[in-house]
Amino acid sequence: MLNPDLKLNPKIFNDDVAQAPIRKGFGEGLVLAGDQDKNVVALCADLTESTQMIFFKEKFPERFVEIGVAEQNLVTVASGMAAMGKIPFCSSYAMFSPGRNWEQIRTTIAYNDRPVKIIGSHAGISVGPDGGTHQALEDIALMRVVPNMEVISPCDSIEAKKATQAITKTGKPAYLRLAREKTPIVTTEETPFTLGKAEVYWMPDVGIPQVGIIVTGGLMHRALLAAKELQDQEEPQRIKTKVMNLSCIKPIDVKAIVALAKECKAIVTVEEHQVAGGMGSVVAEVLSQNFPVPMEFVGVQDKFGQSGTPDELIEHYGMGKNSIKEAVRKVLKRKI
Amino acid sequence: MAFLSDKKIKELEITANDIRKSIIEMLVEAGSGHTAGPLGMADIFTLFYFHILKHDPKNPFWEERDRLVLSNGHICPVFYATMAYAGYFPKEELKTLRKLGTRLQGHPHREYMPWLENSSGPLGAGLSQAVGMALADKIDKKDKDRFIYCFMSDGELDEGNSWEAIMLAGKNKVRNLIAVVDRNNIQIDGFTEDIIPLEPLADKWRAFNWHVIEVSGHDFMALNEAVVEAQAVYEKPTVIIAHTIPGKGVHEFERDFRWHGKPPNKEEAKMALNELRTLGGKIKSEHQ
Repeated sequence: MLNPDLKLNPKIFNDDVAQAPIRKGFGEGLVLAGDQDKNVVALCADLTESTQMIFFKEKFPERFVEIGVAEQNLVTVASGMAAMGKIPFCSSYAMFSPGRNWEQIRTTIAYNDRPVKIIGSHAGISVGPDGGTHQALEDIALMRVVPNMEVISPCDSIEAKKATQAITKTGKPAYLRLAREKTPIVTTEETPFTLGKAEVYWMPDVGIPQVGIIVTGGLMHRALLAAKELQDQEEPQRIKTKVMNLSCIKPIDVKAIVALAKECKAIVTVEEHQVAGGMGSVVAEVLSQNFPVPMEFVGVQDKFGQSGTPDELIEHYGMGKNSIKEAVRKVLKRKI
Repeated sequence: MAFLSDKKIKELEITANDIRKSIIEMLVEAGSGHTAGPLGMADIFTLFYFHILKHDPKNPFWEERDRLVLSNGHICPVFYATMAYAGYFPKEELKTLRKLGTRLQGHPHREYMPWLENSSGPLGAGLSQAVGMALADKIDKKDKDRFIYCFMSDGELDEGNSWEAIMLAGKNKVRNLIAVVDRNNIQIDGFTEDIIPLEPLADKWRAFNWHVIEVSGHDFMALNEAVVEAQAVYEKPTVIIAHTIPGKGVHEFERDFRWHGKPPNKEEAKMALNELRTLGGKIKSEHQ
């Protein structure tokens, strides 16, 4: 069942569940952040509408800087603005920022410890028809290895809105990962969101969970569907799981992850990212040092993407509902 | 910024010479680092820290200070030595350059020296940070109150990021931004015009809507006048292309790109210090 304490979307399992692009929540959150703090400024690399920065630009034109197609400049100019007390948000597609400008982010933002917020929109394979050049599948890895950098990958547009407001207040560099496509709304305005805290969204009605599923980003809805279907099967096929939302990849909630592993003794991670270096790797690093359990990794297996519809690509690269269920069954067999 | 008197120029010359001596001493003690660029920029750093900059070494976080962004962090020996002479930290600390635990990192790092405006080392990213500072001042309507200076090298104009910054500053007409290019014509692999030609450099900046001034990087009076002119230009950013001699002050090091990225050994340092102490043989050294 859905965790009753978190006030998640009650229509989550309906066919007509409301959907919205995760990036839309960023656009709304940035306007709210701009209302709340006059030091918030926005910079964009010629993608103002598609990264949803346009709402901020329309409301606060004097606080918006159009950089042009120049992602290295995007983040270094932002660093300079942060040096003067601003809280800059810079948006582009994740493939270009942080894809193209990694060293500038490392040196002028993280090494400098300037509170610049890097917004990587259109991340993951679900960008779809644009093809592999535009499908950022390495960005979590790129950002999480940089000291001082916080990394957040919200599961829906409402959480993206909350995350945008939350990172405004940290005084730290941050990377916010967004997706282009419409994504089912999992949370509600009332669902708690705290940076650095992982939450269990799904749990067995009764009894002990057999597998813990840890998810980051827009695959959360698919993971919840998988968990429900696994539970709804007749015995002995029924599998009880817990599903954890790990939208905040850095700082990482070690306590919650270890607690989940202790309870379930088997873990599946789910992310729209290369398995190498992504959220699953973070979880593996945590568990191998604290409480090693068998793990399976749902994600892209060392491949580039290609053109296709988002749903086709998610299935083709093994990140769909059935792949998640398969990974759960597989890890269950490996339990000692 | 006051008029530059002959007396003041004499003082600046002595300070710059002292700073050059410290640079040699720091580099030989460190056993690694860059020699040519720091010696070549000693006059410009001296003029700025002892005459031009609005700053307070005893209150380095003073909000109204001018901002000086050093883009090519590898010339930091001259940056550190000048700051020590200006009173930011004790001169004795200069000999800790590049040693474990030092505030004087091999390339500047704000975490160790928090009053630095920026960390630097990887080239081509300083000017864009300075542009960001000037844009912030423009938003806050503080662009008449202070200047944002960016010291950068000619070699780092190979970097695309430099030209992205130049283009953006020209577009936004940031009026309180003044870039100073150390036009010493050398980079690691050789002369700039052999590696990847920059000329016609002044025309390039002009084409990107900057006001351009060319001046000797070793003539205090002319440099000062260039800065006065740059400060008076209201409608666009200004670049001062300062023609400098790499290795300036030590004849054997001058104009030789091989001195870009290596320190002097003990013998070479002794020779260099003697030359600096005697102002190239013009006066007798107390140490002889």
